[in-house]
Amino acid sequence: MILEQLIDIFLLVFLAIISIAVLRIRDLFTAVMLFGIYSLTSASLFMVLDAADVGFTEAAVGAGISTILMLATISMTGREEKPLKKKGAMLPLAIVVITGATLVYGIMDLPPFGEPDNPVHTHVAPRYIEQSPQEIDVPNFVTAVLASYRGYDTLGEVVVIFTAGVGVMLLIGRRRKRKEGISNE
Amino acid sequence: MSGLGVWNYVIIIFLMMIGLYMVMSSSNLVKKLIGLNVFQTSVFFLYISFGYIEGATGPVMQEGASLYSNPLPHVLILTAIVVGVATTAVGLALSVRIKESFGTIEEDELHTMDSSL
Repeated sequence: MILEQLIDIFLLVFLAIISIAVLRIRDLFTAVMLFGIYSLTSASLFMVLDAADVGFTEAAVGAGISTILMLATISMTGREEKPLKKKGAMLPLAIVVITGATLVYGIMDLPPFGEPDNPVHTHVAPRYIEQSPQEIDVPNFVTAVLASYRGYDTLGEVVVIFTAGVGVMLLIGRRRKRKEGISNE
Repeated sequence: MSGLGVWNYVIIIFLMMIGLYMVMSSSNLVKKLIGLNVFQTSVFFLYISFGYIEGATGPVMQEGASLYSNPLPHVLILTAIVVGVATTAVGLALSVRIKESFGTIEEDELHTMDSSL
């Protein structure tokens, strides 16, 4: 089982290297492609951490749809980013270092990684695992919780996606109508 | 806490901070959205790490398995991934509109235009 954790650390280091490359690179097309690799690597990390459903979703939605959306956007907005200005670069760095140090101080109080008696595993999760085969009769606990116990969450998610879809259509769709109006005048 | 587990959380926070730095320091709006996604993914890693149990199987019922990893973080993160893509789509649509109206998506150029009005 130590091997599983070694793979976990290896993939996380890999992700850190990719994200530094995305930060440094000025060509947006390369940055978007590297971000696609980042999403695919995170999907395999989810698989290593026993979260198969999350891995599938990240591979399909994160690596697939986000990358396509970003590529479509940079095809309209241009693929070169302006070089960073040296002036004013210290403030974000200082904020990031302070926030990071605070968070690292905070994680020292977390329960140990991967222990079965951590507080998160003792509350409602055992009930889902023990009762859902009788109550819902779906072998996948994630599906049972997603669609039944926390069905209202999923309904809320659908509302968010609907709102986002309407927002995108209002932002991008109106443009075409107005251009047609201008050409008619 | 000790051993490899600490490094798991330390690298997750490192990723989070890279995302935050990308959001603050890049002037290009698409690059900012990539940074936001990096930050978001690191939060997903944090949640999934909480749900992980050493030696457990994935949360699908099977014969002979008694220890399953926690399904609740997985459900929350499934929802969060889809919502994250929806918000990214709105952000990208906004950058397309800004490009059409102002001719640029570099933040400092937008600021100078804004103050010259």
